[in-house]
Formats: sequence, C-alpha cells, structure tokens
Amino acid sequence: MKIGVLDYGAGNLASARQGLERAGAATAIISKENELAECDALVIPGVGSFNAAMRRLAPLREGITAYAEDGGFVLGICLGMQVLFDEGAEGGQTLGLGLIPGSVEKLDAKKLPHVGWNTINQKKPSALLDGLDGEWFYFVHSYACTPACKSDVLSTTNYENKFTSSVQRGNVAGAQFHPEKSGAAGRKMLENFITMVRK
Amino acid sequence: MLAKRVIACLDVKDGRVVKGTNFVGLKDAGDPAELALRYAREGADEIVFLDISASNENRGTNREWVRKTARELDVPFTVGGGIRSANDVRETLSCGADKIALNTAALARPELVSEAAGEYGSQCVVVAIDAKRNGSEWGAYANGGTRATGRDALAWAQECERLGAGEILLTSIDCDGTRQGFDCELLSKASSKLGIPLIASGGAGNASDFLDAFTAGADAALAAGVFHYGKLSVKDVKEFLAGKGVSVRCGELK
Repeated sequence: MKIGVLDYGAGNLASARQGLERAGAATAIISKENELAECDALVIPGVGSFNAAMRRLAPLREGITAYAEDGGFVLGICLGMQVLFDEGAEGGQTLGLGLIPGSVEKLDAKKLPHVGWNTINQKKPSALLDGLDGEWFYFVHSYACTPACKSDVLSTTNYENKFTSSVQRGNVAGAQFHPEKSGAAGRKMLENFITMVRK
Repeated sequence: MLAKRVIACLDVKDGRVVKGTNFVGLKDAGDPAELALRYAREGADEIVFLDISASNENRGTNREWVRKTARELDVPFTVGGGIRSANDVRETLSCGADKIALNTAALARPELVSEAAGEYGSQCVVVAIDAKRNGSEWGAYANGGTRATGRDALAWAQECERLGAGEILLTSIDCDGTRQGFDCELLSKASSKLGIPLIASGGAGNASDFLDAFTAGADAALAAGVFHYGKLSVKDVKEFLAGKGVSVRCGELK
C-alpha cells in the first residue's frame, strides 16, 4: 500500500508526508498525472492562498478528477481540503477542483487567522473520525468551506462562529485542521485514513 | 472553542539545546528534537526554538536539527533567532519549521515581514517584539533586547499586523527571567490593538501567571526557564488553567 503526497509547490509537503509515515503508511511524493495510478490514495497538502494553489494545480486537474471518479481515495489537508470544492474567494474568486459541491469563504471572525488547537464536533458516523469526536486538532487558516450538501459535513468547529472542519463525499475527504501537527489525535486520524485505504 | 496555548521555548546553540532542563539524564545540553518531543508529550501546544548560535555560519551548518525535529515532532514548531533575510526564511521553512520568528531583521527592514507573508502565507510568520517599559509606554528593542530602536512597541506590533504577520510574540524585557509574572498591562494594551493572535512571553513563574496573561488578552503564553528547571511542568499549568475554567487542550486522547 502506497499513499501519494501531491507536490504542487504549495508547502508543508514534508510535514504531511512525515505525519503519514509516523502513522504507518508508505508514501511517495508525486507531481505528475501518470504517477497517480501507482498510488492507493492521494493526499493533497497545502498552505498559502486558494488562487495560487489552483494555478499550480491546473495541469493536474483532469488527472486528479479522473483518479477520484475511478474510486481513488483523496484526502485534502487545510488548503488541500479547500481546493476540493467548486470555488474559493481567496486571492479573487477562483474555480476549485469541484470534487465536493460548495464554496470556500473567509471565516466570519474578528481575529484572524484562526490559529491554535480547537475541538471537532462530529456530525455523522465516519471511519475517518472514528474515536475522535470532541478531540483537539491544530488549525491555522482564515478561510473555510461551506459544503452545498449538509450530508458531506463530517465535523464542525466553533471559532467565534461555527464552521465546517472536516468533510467527506464518497471516497473524497478533507480536513481543515492539520492532522500531521495534531499530536495523538492527528496520528489517530491518519491511522484511520490508512485503515480505510487498506480495506 | 479555541484553546489558550501553552508554549515551551528552547534555546539552541550550534544545534544543541542549552540551559539546564529537568529531564532525567540531561544536564546542560540536549537534542532539540528529543527535548521538544518530551515537552509535547507533557502537553505543550507548540514549541519555539530560539537559535542563539554565535555566527550565521554555525546556523547554516546546523539546520540539520530543524529537519530532525520536523521528522519527529507532531506539534507545530517555530524557529527564531538570526533569521535575517528572505533566504533565511526560505531555508528554515524548507527544513520543516512550521513558522519562523522575525525580530531584529524585521525592525531593520520591515518589508521582510510582507515578503515572507506574501511568499509563504501569514500563518508561518511570527514577529517577535522585545518591549521595555518607559513610563506608561514601551519601546521596541533590537539585538536581543540590547539596542533601543526608538520605535513604540505597540505601534510596531500594529505595523507588523498590517505587513502580514500572523502572530505577535511579545516579550517583556522588564519581566523576563524574574518569575514575577507577565507584564499584563502591556499584554492588555497590545491585545486591544491587535486583530492577530498574541503570544505572551517573559516573566512566567507559576501557573497563575498564565491565567493572568490569558485574562489580560493573550491567546498563548510562552515560558522557558520555569519549565526547564523543573519549577513547573506544562501539565501542572494546564491542570491549573482547566480548574479555573480556561479552555486548554488535554494532550492525551479521551
């Protein structure tokens, strides 16, 4: 079993990879469409702005979409989760990958970025969040997603106002927080992900 | 609800932690990754490393410890000390640091803050400000608190926010090392002026000092010596805060 970690020049690649490896996965850094076929799952990391990330992701858009439509597991982390949606407002309204219906907008809060540890409130049964309802995760972001379908929401988090902190639609999932930086809880989530991929 | 963060700070010189610590088997020096992990296991929400290597050359050749820490540590960590240029920012982040802390170099050339934030995002740019009280105001000091800059510390903090800093790490030179508590007046004034998270630093002596800093408006509080010498553990601080109704993260799974 091998998990591909997508390198598209948007940072924190190494920490996402190291988090997966600490959780027991074999990983490969991939940057080309033809490398996707060799991966049992794809992790899209990312920090920075939605607009810049989508510009860098543009050449891989079709490959990622086809991979997900063929049933490949995709996990987006932080900005990597945001780009799964139809569109984002950061850096100018920009089209996303469109794997999950909905949009990404600035958090409704006075103090931004939302930095630090916050809890998640699980909204539906989920293998990805198994044993993690109410646990603490590390967040650092100013934008958050609004899924069009409530049923895609795995968890919400409260920061001044409530926002969606993790999502799943079929084989495509995303976390606004950084599991690779979230201590024991984050490690458990990555282990859950690895278990889902192995099944 | 967002937790108030308790941050442990470690001084690193030539790739080794200096200052004594309370951890068994380690006296005057230790491996940065190993010590950071122990603090993380105790419940530290973040680790800040201050690189106090004497020369740039020593920093450059010893970035290996940043890589090692990034491989092993599963909570966020910041590296500060001697980050003078956009190139230093890039190198430190590419070694795996989650955030960099700018201080003297930002005072000398404020655009460094906007360059770093523009390139890598505000989330990884912490500006550290060393503030010294002068009557009812505070001056910003450079070069490890030894040189007055003539800038007002609070005005400088606000400027850093405008330039794109993601967090302000505000150290009171007057309180640092005294263990008499943080400068809560400074924190309260800074917090009311800032729209980005504020990290209190300088003066932690006991668990109630952390409560005072959070009450004054800090989002996080940092300590070094008081943790190293076994006066206080991160766990003790968190248990105290939780008992007072402060939202803190429990380091273990429920």
